[in-house]
Amino acid sequence: MEYLENKFFLLAITFGIYFVTRELQRRSGWVLLNPILITIALLIIFLKSFDISYETYNEGGYLIEFWLRPAVVALGVPLYLQLELIKKQIVPIVVSQLIGCMVGIVSVVIVAKLFDASPEVICSLAPKSVTTPIAMEVSKATGGIPSLTAAVVVVVGLFGAICGFKVLQIGRVGSPIAQGLSMGTATHAVGTSAAMEISSKYGAYASLGLTLNGVLTAIFTPIVLRLMGVI
Amino acid sequence: MVRQCAILFGCLALGELIVFLTGIKLPSSIIGMILLTSFLKFGLIKLEWIKGLSDFLVANLGFFFVPSGVGLMLFFDIIAAQFWPIAIATFVSTVLVLVVTGWTHQIMRKGNGIFRK
Repeated sequence: MEYLENKFFLLAITFGIYFVTRELQRRSGWVLLNPILITIALLIIFLKSFDISYETYNEGGYLIEFWLRPAVVALGVPLYLQLELIKKQIVPIVVSQLIGCMVGIVSVVIVAKLFDASPEVICSLAPKSVTTPIAMEVSKATGGIPSLTAAVVVVVGLFGAICGFKVLQIGRVGSPIAQGLSMGTATHAVGTSAAMEISSKYGAYASLGLTLNGVLTAIFTPIVLRLMGVI
Repeated sequence: MVRQCAILFGCLALGELIVFLTGIKLPSSIIGMILLTSFLKFGLIKLEWIKGLSDFLVANLGFFFVPSGVGLMLFFDIIAAQFWPIAIATFVSTVLVLVVTGWTHQIMRKGNGIFRK
């Protein structure tokens, strides 16, 4: 049983579960089969069943997590590729991003405060709309719990992929550009992949929303949290 | 691949340096991302010098946070204790961001003739 704590074994099953679920999702097209969510859930069940500590798991897991920050830097490339697109519609895009970003942070803080959430939970929830690496960095920088943020971000993304377009329809957001932007702004990479499935135009605007709101949220979350007296 | 890693980690290291020197409350990776975009924009870096690695990292963005997500197992008690605040705040806020962002963009486009279809 001691072998189960071997870090290369734990790394191998992490890659393995992710690969298999991703293939299954591709073939079935079932959004709930999100490989990120399923891999995390199965690993937690596995570690708990065999009484392996998170610290032991993370000896190997750290090697995967290490690539989070280089991956965020790499987002500079799609941002560069979309600079022309941004320039053409700079005013509507920037204004809707700014307002979307503020609504995202302020509303989650107000509701969480109403329900008596603790400050560290509020800080963990504040960056929930943006892509995980950024959200986790923001959460860490403001005193939240990055792992809790990661889980909430996945839930937000899944909600967007499953119900996002329905919500936009009911909310009378009809223009394709506005729908794409909203999906990326509110529900990051998971919502963007759902938009990408409709058309590449939707997807391009969604990734624009994801990138811009990522930057804006990183800049404004600490400021808003301080102004609202959370930190 | 070595050049790609050198550029990418170079941007990240510069981001770290800026955080270290200014004490700015921004993740070093975000500063690195903005630096990379500017270097590409001003032609200091060519797209093909970085594209292979950046495409790979962006395409697998989600995978890199699996270990941190597993770290959730350390916080089951916090989530159980504050389940409703977390769930309701997240749901309400996400619906608001979706609709308000879309509305704002639609209104802005209508208000400005250049952006009308």
